[in-house]
Amino acid sequence: MKIMVGIKRVVDYNVRIRVKSDGSGIDTDGVKMSINPFDEIALEQALRIREAGQAEEVIVITVGGSECQQQLRTGLAMGADRAIQVDADNSLQPLTVARTFLKLVEKEQPGLVILGKQAIDGDNSQTGQMLAALWGRPQATFASGLELSGDTATVIREVDAGLETIEIDLPAVVTVDLRLNEPRFVKLPDIMKAKRKPLEVISLDDLGVTAQNDLQVSHYAPPAVREKGIMVEDTAQLVAELKNRGLV
Amino acid sequence: MSETTTEREVMDYDVIIVGAGPAGLACSIHLKQLKPDLMVAVIEKSAEIGAHILSGAVIEPEPLDELLPGWRDNPPPICIPVESDEISLLTPTSRFRLPTPPQQKNHGNLVVSLGALCAWLAPQAEALGVDIFPGYAASGIYFADEGSVAGVIIGDMGVDKQGTPKDTYMQGIEIHAPLTVLAEGCRGHLSKQLISKFKLDANSDPQAYGIGIKELWRVEAGKCKPGLVQHSIGWPLDKNTYGGSFIYHMDKDRVAVGFVCALDYADPDFSPFEAFQQFKHHPSVKPLFEGGEILSSGARTIIEGGAQSLPTTEMPGALLIGDAAGLLNLPKIKGTHQAIRSGMLAASHIAETGNGAGFDKLLRASPIMQELHKVRNIRPGFNKGLWRGLITAGIETITAGKLPRTLHNHADYSATKKLNDFSGVDRHWVERDLAPRDRLASVYFAGTEHDEDQPVHLQILEPDVCTTRCSKEYNNPCTKFCPASVYEMVEDGSARHLQINAANCVHCKTCDIKDPYQIINWVTPEGGSGPNYQNL
Repeated sequence: MKIMVGIKRVVDYNVRIRVKSDGSGIDTDGVKMSINPFDEIALEQALRIREAGQAEEVIVITVGGSECQQQLRTGLAMGADRAIQVDADNSLQPLTVARTFLKLVEKEQPGLVILGKQAIDGDNSQTGQMLAALWGRPQATFASGLELSGDTATVIREVDAGLETIEIDLPAVVTVDLRLNEPRFVKLPDIMKAKRKPLEVISLDDLGVTAQNDLQVSHYAPPAVREKGIMVEDTAQLVAELKNRGLV
Repeated sequence: MSETTTEREVMDYDVIIVGAGPAGLACSIHLKQLKPDLMVAVIEKSAEIGAHILSGAVIEPEPLDELLPGWRDNPPPICIPVESDEISLLTPTSRFRLPTPPQQKNHGNLVVSLGALCAWLAPQAEALGVDIFPGYAASGIYFADEGSVAGVIIGDMGVDKQGTPKDTYMQGIEIHAPLTVLAEGCRGHLSKQLISKFKLDANSDPQAYGIGIKELWRVEAGKCKPGLVQHSIGWPLDKNTYGGSFIYHMDKDRVAVGFVCALDYADPDFSPFEAFQQFKHHPSVKPLFEGGEILSSGARTIIEGGAQSLPTTEMPGALLIGDAAGLLNLPKIKGTHQAIRSGMLAASHIAETGNGAGFDKLLRASPIMQELHKVRNIRPGFNKGLWRGLITAGIETITAGKLPRTLHNHADYSATKKLNDFSGVDRHWVERDLAPRDRLASVYFAGTEHDEDQPVHLQILEPDVCTTRCSKEYNNPCTKFCPASVYEMVEDGSARHLQINAANCVHCKTCDIKDPYQIINWVTPEGGSGPNYQNL
């Protein structure tokens, strides 16, 4: 069985992001970029399944510019067997990404597609669900546990009420949550090995996908700055201050 | 850390370079230019190239011209020609323009972000075939049986606070190479071990250091004058403390502001961080930042000892280059050109001879050393205070360092006075309202990150001293000199203990240098930990 894992290049979670002064987007100048943390967890799980002998090959895929190859190489260094970069604009929306993934799924015929539950940049949480629908296969989202046995997968999902355990038929799409596993560190010699692993580049056109951005972002704005507080001496002053400002 | 019995995995290279700063990257690039077949690796503890680099920075571009002819067609992302220089003397309320000393005339120089410059150099090195490994800390030296340096040991990853392996444990590998080039920057922890082991400083003065704290701001439109370089001396430092400020105007309304202070200050309660923040509130400075926004911040020590403190820069199997050796030119407040030149010099020597022997002699006969020799008396001249220091600096500049005398450096930690021996000074410090509010807020802008569940990388060799002698004699200066609030004295019931907030550390190394008992040992945390500087 092949497992396909989606990887997105995002601003690193440690970076304090800033909105561009003209409100057109996020300032990524000189900013550290990383694999979306949920995607890293997805890849870790795929590698564990392969190491347990339940899969033969792990393929990491991404849709984006050539700079995304850096993240694919990291995925290969973690242990993926090969990588595919679908060369495209970085600002594609989830539906186009899902359609692109579908083309790759049709081409590669994986038994399982594992994706992060969402990317930490757009926080959309849509690509996995859309892919399952387009593919016409089951989906299990927000997985914090994943076991395969034969043609089915048992997935523990984190839901509002607690944990929900479901069984789905394979092939399927699973999107993973934070507590599923802790991704491994990359071994230094594996970085060298990763340089020799195959990385295929396909254009969006070759796959016959047309980028379709249905959503228009009007502008980005940072959260309002909190006003400086004042220290009050006693309750009487507190009440007076509140009254002063017309709050009570 | 627990000794592991299993053999470590090994990778072999011809040359292993520790540190992807300007010295290490220049060395790697020049090695591959001269000998494309050499296997060269650069190991770097920061997660991304440039993320632990912090400098002013105004640089002299000539060494870059030598290293990469044609680089000006593809310049680094922040690269603004200096338009004008200003140097001023500050009093608590006024500013007096001084004549610009010749070392600080910056015509033809460039304002850059050294972090961004390194991130720009790295892919050029990789294109030549250098293997660069960011996110891996060289935690130890691998010695050959006869005692010579034969490579480095990469730190283990996935070890918990107590030193036991976690689920994610990954043993660090050994990188073996006939030659190791240490380009760790100021007070490199491997360089420190090797200088001591091979007694490389036996014939030199104690090394002298400063701390530099820097912030990057976006100021209100119209206030930034790209290419303007401003320096000051005087307030908020007292006349016995050597240091000053810099403000470099870049593009896109960005202004770099920083403060440098020699670590041989006497006041045990002095806080360089607070001095920097005070400087920003000087009436002639504050308007620049009002209405602006801080983008990033950080701190790094600076190697100031110059010619007389330069240790021997070679040992069996290894070389020291750049700030790891101590080649910064303090009166110019520049080290990048020296770092690049020394990296290139080491590379051509290695390419020519196949090893490092003879590098020290070559370095001392080179223009790199001539430059340091000329200015050798300027920093120690300030040991007698600001005014006498300025007079010495004037004389040494006029005579180009030809007077047959060499003033000596002293160890910075030994200059700290005990509480009883130091009478407080009125610093005329003001109430502040510009960001960051305090050191913790500043750490936030450094983007520093360490997994909390790992061994503390700031080793206190004699913890009892902190609560007994140090509290009494010095009032725990670590709690003041650290720019990242790593050290905190915490009351627990009737007793006090030192709490080390290692996760805040920005890897500046001030504690390793300034602690009066010399019992703080800075070692590398898990690779990839530390600050995530943006454009510093």
